[in-house]
Amino acid sequence: MSEAAQTAGPDAGVAGSQTLPTPAETTKLGVWLWLASDCALFASLIATYLALHGSTNGGPGPKDLFDLQGTLISTFALLISSVTMGVALEALQRHDIPGLRRWLVVTALLGLVFVVLEINEFHHYTVSGLWYQRSVFASSFYSLVGFHGLHVSFGVAWILSLFIFTFRKPGGLTRADHWRFEMASLYWYFVDVVWVVIFTVIYLIGKVG
Amino acid sequence: MATLSERMPAALEQPAAGYGSTNGLWSWLTTVDHKRIGIMYLYASLIFFLFGGIEAFLMRLQLMRPDQHVVSFDLFNQLFTMHGLTMIFLAVMPLSIGFINFVMPLQIGARDVAFPRLNAVSLWLFLGGGLLLYSSWFLGGAPNAGWYNYAPINTGGALNPGLDSLGIDFYVIGLQIAGIGTLLSGINFTATILSLRAPGMTAMRMPLFIWTTLITSILIIFAFPPFTANLALLMFDRFFGSGFFDATKGGNALLWQQLFWIFGHPEVYILIMPAFGIISEVIPTHSRKPLFGYSTMVFAIVVIAFMAFMVWSHHMFTVGMGPLVNSVFAATSMAIAVPTGVKIFNWIATMWGGRIRYTTAMLYAIGFLFCFVIGGMSGVMLAVPPADYQFNDSYFLVAHIHYVLIGGSLFALFAGTYYWFPKMTGRYLSERIGKLNFWLVLIGFNVTFFPMHFLGVFGMPRRVATYPANLGLDLWNLVSTIGVFILTAGILVFLYNLRQSLRDGAPAGEDPWDGRTLEWTTSSPPPEYNFAELPLVRGRDALWVEKTHGNGRMLPAQIDAHHGEPEDGHGQAEHGQGQAGRHLVHMPSPTPLPLIIGAGALVAGYAGIYRVWWLAILALAFTFYGIFRLMYDKDAGYFVEPKGDAQ
Repeated sequence: MSEAAQTAGPDAGVAGSQTLPTPAETTKLGVWLWLASDCALFASLIATYLALHGSTNGGPGPKDLFDLQGTLISTFALLISSVTMGVALEALQRHDIPGLRRWLVVTALLGLVFVVLEINEFHHYTVSGLWYQRSVFASSFYSLVGFHGLHVSFGVAWILSLFIFTFRKPGGLTRADHWRFEMASLYWYFVDVVWVVIFTVIYLIGKVG
Repeated sequence: MATLSERMPAALEQPAAGYGSTNGLWSWLTTVDHKRIGIMYLYASLIFFLFGGIEAFLMRLQLMRPDQHVVSFDLFNQLFTMHGLTMIFLAVMPLSIGFINFVMPLQIGARDVAFPRLNAVSLWLFLGGGLLLYSSWFLGGAPNAGWYNYAPINTGGALNPGLDSLGIDFYVIGLQIAGIGTLLSGINFTATILSLRAPGMTAMRMPLFIWTTLITSILIIFAFPPFTANLALLMFDRFFGSGFFDATKGGNALLWQQLFWIFGHPEVYILIMPAFGIISEVIPTHSRKPLFGYSTMVFAIVVIAFMAFMVWSHHMFTVGMGPLVNSVFAATSMAIAVPTGVKIFNWIATMWGGRIRYTTAMLYAIGFLFCFVIGGMSGVMLAVPPADYQFNDSYFLVAHIHYVLIGGSLFALFAGTYYWFPKMTGRYLSERIGKLNFWLVLIGFNVTFFPMHFLGVFGMPRRVATYPANLGLDLWNLVSTIGVFILTAGILVFLYNLRQSLRDGAPAGEDPWDGRTLEWTTSSPPPEYNFAELPLVRGRDALWVEKTHGNGRMLPAQIDAHHGEPEDGHGQAEHGQGQAGRHLVHMPSPTPLPLIIGAGALVAGYAGIYRVWWLAILALAFTFYGIFRLMYDKDAGYFVEPKGDAQ
């Protein structure tokens, strides 16, 4: 549109059939923006890891410690939890509230499995001579992976809070509540995708590369 | 519907009882109204600005004559560190956020920002972080490693015997808390502009201030996370003994610099972008012409924002990245002057042939053009690596940064203050005192900072606590400090003006400047619900279109109002029908939860600094509890009936 058309005369045509986005849509946009900033946060930590992971200070390095099989189990737990999250949302669409509750719990449990396996992995590394301050490689590894672990933990808390919400919502769930579950699923998929990147960059390349 | 002229006299008798009509401290602490939050941002950052000014004043006293010892060298280190931190993080940026908070929803015809309660969280986190940082003065000394806090000075330990300060811990935690608040603001403003514009306000009809707010917010969303990560890594180094930035442990001190400037350079555009927006509002209104080259203005700020992420290494030309890297970053840095130049020419062309009113706001805008161009030119000089080897860390750089931050950002913020003060309070700032304020600030500023160009080229390094006599530095340092006295007088005059005009300034109507944008269609101060009816935007400069082609009033928009269950605390105007067909606006309820979240973060911060881990974990758990409460608490809100002017 030319400059003149913009300023010269009033033009109501644009507003013919306007609907503002619903609050739920606006909130979803907000979650997307938050996840965008979280991408930049993870990018900074991944860059830090890539810059410093060679600095093992005589301690164990990626090749010495990483056990792909163990990590693969936790990776599958997290990836499958994405599927179960999708199933939960699908149950919500059909207004199958017991199904929703069931699959939310399964998702949270899978997330919990991931967190427990990660704690176990950290413990194993620590007793094998890679404690947090052992080398800069250790610090950057624990910081990045631990930061992701905190994200998963927050996600588990969020999903469990939604589970409780399904019981406590006065008058039962309605369509107007769907956005709450959609927000949590966005976050949960995001955390999973970040893990795929971390798994590739740290574990696969670290072990094989 | 009454016409504009009929309604004016009534409005002029007394400022309308606006958003501030329900008073009391508790109502301010629990408010979710963007106007009140904006006012609190402005007051808080004005106070921080005065503290930052006192710090600068003390430094200039020390440097007035050679070999002076007004303050100890260690105190001097703390002064320049806190001066930089205060002015950047606690004064200029939150002043911009304050104006954005107050003006932006009004300019797009919205009832509030997209997430009003999150907006309050942002405010309390900013304030908590700022207070924590400032409390360091009383708790063992302020941070002393410069505002960019380079490694290895910042890491403490064996590398810096005797130099390490607990103040750095306050830096790490204080900026982290305030920074998260800013990040949330960025998310909130972006979502607001993308989804809550009044019907008809297409992207290319948005006022320039809205464009710059949008771009600033996007910069915040992508620039702050690297800083968050950097601060977290430094926290691990200092609290838990890792060695990210400690070469003796295998870390890399340059990593701090890289991550800092990946944030730091977009940050300077976060500081200047809202200023561009304010100038783009003040100049057309006071020239009584539409902004010249609107679409090139939009294009220019988008290009500047994009390039802001590609120039960070020009802060590090002298650390030895090699000629290739330096050349690339020199080229991108110089190229960024092109879109900036486009903006300068557009502002001049807007004034060209206009009927200019030389109000204080306009004078500041014109002062901005002169001073910012000087700062821009010294910026291009600094972007040339061989020359930068001479200028780097000298007073030339100090002159440059103050020409862009004072001559640029601060002048624009003054212009914005004189421009929007009538909208915020219903009263004018005195123009007579305002002109005195402007000339004192303009002269004082230039007398202070122009000589610093010479000092830098003569070889005076920045951040020296004193200097010996007869090095050729005596004269210009003296001149510079004399300038500070003039500048200080100008600021005092401004404070006097603020106090006088708040009490008995001339009442301003709803549209004191013959404005062009939507905020001038509301009463001054605006009612808590902003707009009784969503306005229909029929062109760029929405109000001006109605003044020239309509009857001077906005037409109401015919939209399908959102009629579902009222959602919790959204900034969306939900207009419903009350009993007997009355027209009602749905408002979110005030809540103490944002304050509680901010307090939790503050306590966790102190607990971390003093290594009281149980308390830190407890306070963080408390904070997250507040966040979950915020997510699930049902806010039924309440309905207000707009005053008579609606129909």
